[in-house]
Amino acid sequence: MDEKKHVQKVPLVRLSKRTSIERWKAWTIRGVALLAALIVCGFVITAIVHLNPIQVYKAMWNGTFGSSRRLWITMRDMSLLLLVGVALAPVFKMKFWNLGGEGQLLMGGCATAAVMLYLTDLPAPVLFICMIAASMVAGAVWGLIPAFFKAKFNTNEVLFTLMMNYVAIQLTAFCVSKWENPYGSNTVGIINAQGRQGWMPEIQGAAPLITVVIVLLIAVAMFVYMKRSKQGYEIAVVGDSENTARYAGISVSKVIIRTMIISGAICGLTGFLCVSASSHTISTAIGDGRGFTAIIVAWLAKFNTIGMVAISLLLVFLNNGAVEIASQFNLNDYASQMITGIILFFIIGCEFFINYKLTFSGKQKEE
Amino acid sequence: MKGNAIELIDITKRFGEVVANHKVNMVVRKGEILSLLGENGSGKTTLMNMLSGIYFPDEGQILLDGQEIVIRSPEDAFRYGIGMIHQHFKLVDVYTAAQNIILGIPGKFMLNKKEIYKDIRELTEKYGFEIDLDKKIYEMSVSEKQTVEIVKMLYRGANILILDEPTAVLTPQETDRLFGVLRNMKKDGKAVIIITHKLQEVLELSDRVAVLRKGEYIGTVETKDATELSLTEMMVGKKVSLNIGRTEPVNRKKLINIEHLTCLNKEGVKALDDVSFEIYGGEILGIAGIAGAGQKELLESIAGLQKSEEGSSILYKAIDNNDEIQLVGRSVNDIKNLGISLAFVPEDRLGMGLVGNMGMIGNMMLRSYNEGKSFFTEKKAPAELAERIKNRLDVATPSINTPVRKLSGGNVQKVLVGREIALAPRVLMTAYAVRGLDINTSYTIYNILSEEKEKGVAVVYVGEDLDVLIELCDRILVLCGGRVSGIVDARTTTKEEVGMLMTKLKGEEE
Amino acid sequence: MDAIISLFNAAVVFGTVIMFGAIGEIIAEKSGSLNLGVPGIMYLGGIAGLVGAFFYESSVDEPNRLVCVIIAVLCCFAVSFLGGLIFSFLTITLRANQNVTGLTLTIFGSGVANFFGGSLNKLAGGVGQISVSATSSAFRHGIPGLKSIGGGIGQMFFSYGFLVYIAIASAVLLSIYLKRTRQGLALGAVGENPGAADAAGINVTKYKYLATCFGAAISGFGGLFYVMDYTKGTWANDGTIEALGWLAVALVIFATWKPYNTIWGSYLFGILYWAFFYISGLTRSSQELFKMLPYIVTIIVLVAVSMRKKKENQPPEALGLSYFREER
Repeated sequence: MDEKKHVQKVPLVRLSKRTSIERWKAWTIRGVALLAALIVCGFVITAIVHLNPIQVYKAMWNGTFGSSRRLWITMRDMSLLLLVGVALAPVFKMKFWNLGGEGQLLMGGCATAAVMLYLTDLPAPVLFICMIAASMVAGAVWGLIPAFFKAKFNTNEVLFTLMMNYVAIQLTAFCVSKWENPYGSNTVGIINAQGRQGWMPEIQGAAPLITVVIVLLIAVAMFVYMKRSKQGYEIAVVGDSENTARYAGISVSKVIIRTMIISGAICGLTGFLCVSASSHTISTAIGDGRGFTAIIVAWLAKFNTIGMVAISLLLVFLNNGAVEIASQFNLNDYASQMITGIILFFIIGCEFFINYKLTFSGKQKEE
Repeated sequence: MKGNAIELIDITKRFGEVVANHKVNMVVRKGEILSLLGENGSGKTTLMNMLSGIYFPDEGQILLDGQEIVIRSPEDAFRYGIGMIHQHFKLVDVYTAAQNIILGIPGKFMLNKKEIYKDIRELTEKYGFEIDLDKKIYEMSVSEKQTVEIVKMLYRGANILILDEPTAVLTPQETDRLFGVLRNMKKDGKAVIIITHKLQEVLELSDRVAVLRKGEYIGTVETKDATELSLTEMMVGKKVSLNIGRTEPVNRKKLINIEHLTCLNKEGVKALDDVSFEIYGGEILGIAGIAGAGQKELLESIAGLQKSEEGSSILYKAIDNNDEIQLVGRSVNDIKNLGISLAFVPEDRLGMGLVGNMGMIGNMMLRSYNEGKSFFTEKKAPAELAERIKNRLDVATPSINTPVRKLSGGNVQKVLVGREIALAPRVLMTAYAVRGLDINTSYTIYNILSEEKEKGVAVVYVGEDLDVLIELCDRILVLCGGRVSGIVDARTTTKEEVGMLMTKLKGEEE
Repeated sequence: MDAIISLFNAAVVFGTVIMFGAIGEIIAEKSGSLNLGVPGIMYLGGIAGLVGAFFYESSVDEPNRLVCVIIAVLCCFAVSFLGGLIFSFLTITLRANQNVTGLTLTIFGSGVANFFGGSLNKLAGGVGQISVSATSSAFRHGIPGLKSIGGGIGQMFFSYGFLVYIAIASAVLLSIYLKRTRQGLALGAVGENPGAADAAGINVTKYKYLATCFGAAISGFGGLFYVMDYTKGTWANDGTIEALGWLAVALVIFATWKPYNTIWGSYLFGILYWAFFYISGLTRSSQELFKMLPYIVTIIVLVAVSMRKKKENQPPEALGLSYFREER
């Protein structure tokens, strides 16, 4: 028996899963993480622009909430992000990873633009109904395809939906070059700039008001759907255990397909809002990465609607604030993505301290 | 040569609130086969997992050859020569036998197939294993996989071998072969620990028996001084005559007639093979068999969860008008819509019978949420039902909204059984309804089943404890390898008879 | 003939970017880490190499080409490795969800790269685009002697920068590593069944960390190659690296997690992507449809593999899951 065999080492830190944690503790942990993230970002910003971080955050605050116009833009951006989150939450709850929100949104946008371009002469209400219907159908189809293969052959939906995004991006690029205006610009330009057909009306000068209202209505409807409807109940059961669902006579594939159609349709509707209410054009950039960012929103909020509002707001604040900083200091606005990334790393990481308990050796506590 | 291989001193392990092992002491000698005996849930596997490095004890010491050691990982365990064969094999499916055997062993950077195969063959010949080294694990039978596991442990020089319920999935011939191998290892001076709850095997194979009960160490005895009775007493505590009040069936009525039922499991192997029998209202039909003999598929076929093959027939006889309804080919919902009230308590309570993340209310809805035309769910009735069950069955839960996965095993089962009998079923099927439950809860369940029987319900009780089967049931159907090996009268049969039927079919050999 | 050679050339250059990405991702996925941060890591690798070379080139009058290459390679390796480390720490130690962490890493990487790529010259006080011509030309130097073999052979096979050959060599080495070495066997086991690997005495955490970080470092070279060879030592904020990064993820699926397949798979993707350029009479809009082909082909492979259910072609069984030994 050699000496080395009996080296004594008790593990330094031991992990165990928490069965429950008080709500205030969980939120304290999240708050601390956010604070730490802001401090780190402060250092990063200071290192780059040589400015007092507090001033920087003040400038960001102004950039986001500084004027009523800015406030409305913030509200609009937050709503659009929230809407994709609302679309994704039910499928995530079912443990189906729909990473294809961006593609579903783009398809909805393309469909909207197509209706605006080809059916310009319809009376406004009919035109809007067509736009909405087209965008939702397009998004739903884009969601249905991976869902069908998941239900039928258990095809990996993470990779499938991811690929569908890029098919959608190329399809959008195809549409853009088909519809380009003026010729050779490789952009579609503002659609119906003259008659504003298919433009979401402005109410009292607040262009995004209707968008915000629509999103809030859908968010509330989704909340009720998940909590109170039979279909919402089925989603929760499937997400918990497919075997239990089978036992209760719930068809798992039907629920997966149905939920993905709903999810895709709402993403498509977001595309409609992006085109009709804000950009009035179509390009591969109208989604602005919301399809991806919303995944993080939905996940971090644990699919809780209020949580999604909070996280959307935080991300939009960071984004629009950073854009403000960038323009003030003549930097490019990708700084916002960098800062968003850092803050998200902290928030993602802090969940660990909510789910697990650390026990340090030496401190034996009786509980 | 003789001496203590391993000593456990005051080992305690908790999982959250649950104490899985409490101050357990145990000694394993070199060159012996020690049986670790205990009922399901008595903490045997947890204890052994602390030797194999899967869990880390909260308190206590482990001595190897008299010196204290700390086992933090399976890697540590191997260094100390401890190898464990888990009940669920720890093998990589897409690898071959040889790849699994050498997995994780330090050695030359590049693999030399020839050399490795030669080494393994030496070992297999020494102990008499038959093994195809190039076969992939996913193509193997359970017994082949077990062989790979054992060779894997020996190949890494295990001197202390732990086997967790090794015979649960084996045929009698395979069991004999395994025992032969284990005796060879004992001769070789190795210590073998076998976790089991089968008394017969304990007596046949081991030198000494250590007994755990509810996470506590009860004692160790020499096998030669032990009898089935004395071991049972140690296992269950004071001698319990079960004393389940069994009434004579009144008004027995044929409810279900099963003929030529055959179905395949996921791997495409026949899980049930030409099974025919009848289920009567007003009696408890026990179903016995070793694990995986087709019990699960049988219940799931009746419940509409399992596809059956051509020629199978499950006829349900409606009470009121004597209509006969074919259940084969019908789904859970079809059966429900036909007005057949079928209750089913599956083996996997949280994974199949309940929704772990929902409270009692949500779980009450599982069977009834779809009733009515409304798009929305109705919560009032389920909430009332949850309260009723909580009070009637004494479910210990902070609130009817607390997720049921946070409840203890017994309370989880009460929620499940409570919901199922609330369906006012014609047929009540239960699979391992008392597994892991304490004595009191077990009796609560027995009483519920008996009450249902008196109401005229056809009760099907799949069980593993033969004493319970014999005292609780009216008839016992024994399954062996997916076929009916006999149906006996529970009042006149003996444990031996049922035990024999479990391992061989009538008319075979003798 | 010339058209074929030039299509092949374009395909190889395009393919090499995603081959690096895919090889790195295969290593990570073999250990069970589904790192969706590959595009972000390629961004990080690209910008790190560029920045390193930029500072070197602007600090000396006559940049030594060997030093240029070494600096670019080291910077790329170190920063990509760090990117992998962020992902590993969050998903392995802190057990965060891999999909969410990966996507965040992509956002982060693209932010960092485009921020510095776009404002580096301003921060450094200079004007105009950053360009590292010396480093880039060192990276694009073909194989001396062989590249001038006539009949198109030299042009077709030996005219590329050294990273093209390193990519092929890495695929071959990785394949040998996975199939023929003890570590490779252990790595595969970690991704297939971490419980079994753990029980066999393999340090699951260590393998996952190393595989994810080294995988990231290799993926990063895709970005470096893109910057030095594809865009010839300049930076463009056009999001191409991100698109290529997702193609690298696609290529892993297409190759059914086998490194050898990435070699021809990446060139095939390149041919599919560039084919439009060599087919006469296509409109610009239908060109966009052609660029869709690699993704469509990947989806078809993904579906076909799931339909055939052949065990050897499936994703690693524990892909995307975090491992906690005391799970009960």
